[in-house]
Amino acid sequence: MSIFRKIITALRGGATEAGEAIVDANATRIFAQEIRDAENHLTKAKRDLTDIMAKQMQAEREVTRVQRSVTEHEGYVTQALSQGNEALALEVAEKIAGLEVELNEQQQANESYNTSAQRLKELVKTTERQLADYQRQLSMVKTTESVQKATAAITTNFSNSNSKLLNAKESLERIKAKQQNFDDRMKAADALEAEGSDKSLKDKLAQAGIGEQQASANSVLERLKAKQG
Amino acid sequence: MNIHTIANYLNELADISHTGFTFDCLPIAGEVDVLQVTIIDREELPIFVSVTEDQILCIAYLWGEDEVKQSSRSEMLEAMVEMNIPMPLSSFSKIDNKYVIFGALSVGSSLSDVEHELAVLSDNSLEVINEMTDYLI
Repeated sequence: MSIFRKIITALRGGATEAGEAIVDANATRIFAQEIRDAENHLTKAKRDLTDIMAKQMQAEREVTRVQRSVTEHEGYVTQALSQGNEALALEVAEKIAGLEVELNEQQQANESYNTSAQRLKELVKTTERQLADYQRQLSMVKTTESVQKATAAITTNFSNSNSKLLNAKESLERIKAKQQNFDDRMKAADALEAEGSDKSLKDKLAQAGIGEQQASANSVLERLKAKQG
Repeated sequence: MNIHTIANYLNELADISHTGFTFDCLPIAGEVDVLQVTIIDREELPIFVSVTEDQILCIAYLWGEDEVKQSSRSEMLEAMVEMNIPMPLSSFSKIDNKYVIFGALSVGSSLSDVEHELAVLSDNSLEVINEMTDYLI
């Protein structure tokens, strides 16, 4: 069963009661071990691949060398024949036969190294994919466990401190009220500031004798004198 | 990166915060270290941060199954699934019988990334509750 399904099954099955792990610790340990094994396989496969590729290069060089030697000796046979030296030609031909056996062996070795290298490359790729997948799955298990443990800690903390997580609507209302309160205070402060600046302007105007003037004793006396007269 | 580096960073932010929020961090001890992050004036919706080997998980609780109007439950679930992609940085999930909103960051994230994540998560959670109240009792 895939880890994904295991987690879903465990969550849906109510395996979330306190103390019950989502995937038992043993399974997680086995899983971590599988990942380490896969990593070891990968390292070994990569080292083997390097070896094989080195051998393959050697074999290729050897094949080229023997092939060149065969061509060279074929030239000697032709020359010996053209000189009518049949015995020498035969001797060289024997040498060529030997070289061809060697060539055949080297070619076979080369072929086999090729196949091995190909197989190892495939293995490395498969192992790398598998490793990435294991790591993703382990991360899922660990995250699930971590969230469960975190939830347990949060729940315990809240029940110990006697505070409780409010229901959503209450929380929203309270936060909105605080925001409203804050907005109101900002508005009040704005209004106060506006009034303040208004007042100071009026004061300045009054000082300059512009706008509504306050009744002064002098002006009252002047007015009354005018009435009498 | 652990919850203490995050806590130190957020607690010392004060006025130089990029997000305009003031954070208050409180570590919660347990098998897994959890950091309770509250944003001033949003104390009712704390965010819980935990750091695992490869990621930083930030989770806010939205509402419990018992707060859901059962008659429109599947409609609510569909709305949540549909909102998962448009909603920036956060996704919905369910832990035990509680619906949550969460964001996951790589452990390689910068502290200002974490701050940004927390601010967006808080905004998202408020907006989600505001928009989903019709589905709630």
